[in-house]
Amino acid sequence: MANAQSPAVKTAAPPNSMAIIAPIAGWLLPGLGHFIQRRWIRGLLLMLAVFIMFFAGLGMQGKVYGFNTGDLLDILGFVGDVGSGLLYFIARAMDWGAGNIQRAVADYGTKYIVVAGLLNIISAVDAYHIAIGKKQ
Amino acid sequence: MTFEFSHFTAAVVFALCASTVFGITQRNNTRDMLRYGAYCFVLFVGGVIVASWAMWLLKH
Repeated sequence: MANAQSPAVKTAAPPNSMAIIAPIAGWLLPGLGHFIQRRWIRGLLLMLAVFIMFFAGLGMQGKVYGFNTGDLLDILGFVGDVGSGLLYFIARAMDWGAGNIQRAVADYGTKYIVVAGLLNIISAVDAYHIAIGKKQ
Repeated sequence: MTFEFSHFTAAVVFALCASTVFGITQRNNTRDMLRYGAYCFVLFVGGVIVASWAMWLLKH
């Protein structure tokens, strides 16, 4: 049983403004939540991973979901896509990601775009953990 | 611009990106991040190869 004397238990730092700013910044622009906390290499790698997945998905003619209240999978697709932050809004504004049902690999592209958003959410949560001192 | 990835290339690119994020976010120090990222990558790609052979065996 853990107790207050246990060295394994780390106490989190008191809440600060970075705990709010870092995850929002990380969501808006992949890696930015780490950059503003001076985790340059981690931020760069996270940014590259999300950017590569998102743009490879678009390159494979994957679909970018718009807001919808239809099929459950379409709703979840939208939720995943929004995780990419500004990339999603830019793609929607530029009318990218129309999808192409005639290409099998376009379905992979759709999944790439959704997973890019989900990975970005994980990255934003990681930035939050760094901000509250739960992680180095 | 369109990409013409093969199924396997698409799976490897996916594995590489997902493993990078998993490695960085799920571990606390650099060495563990590298190890966990490599572990995830091997599992992703290994899973693809195993599933591919399983489907081939089912077909034949």
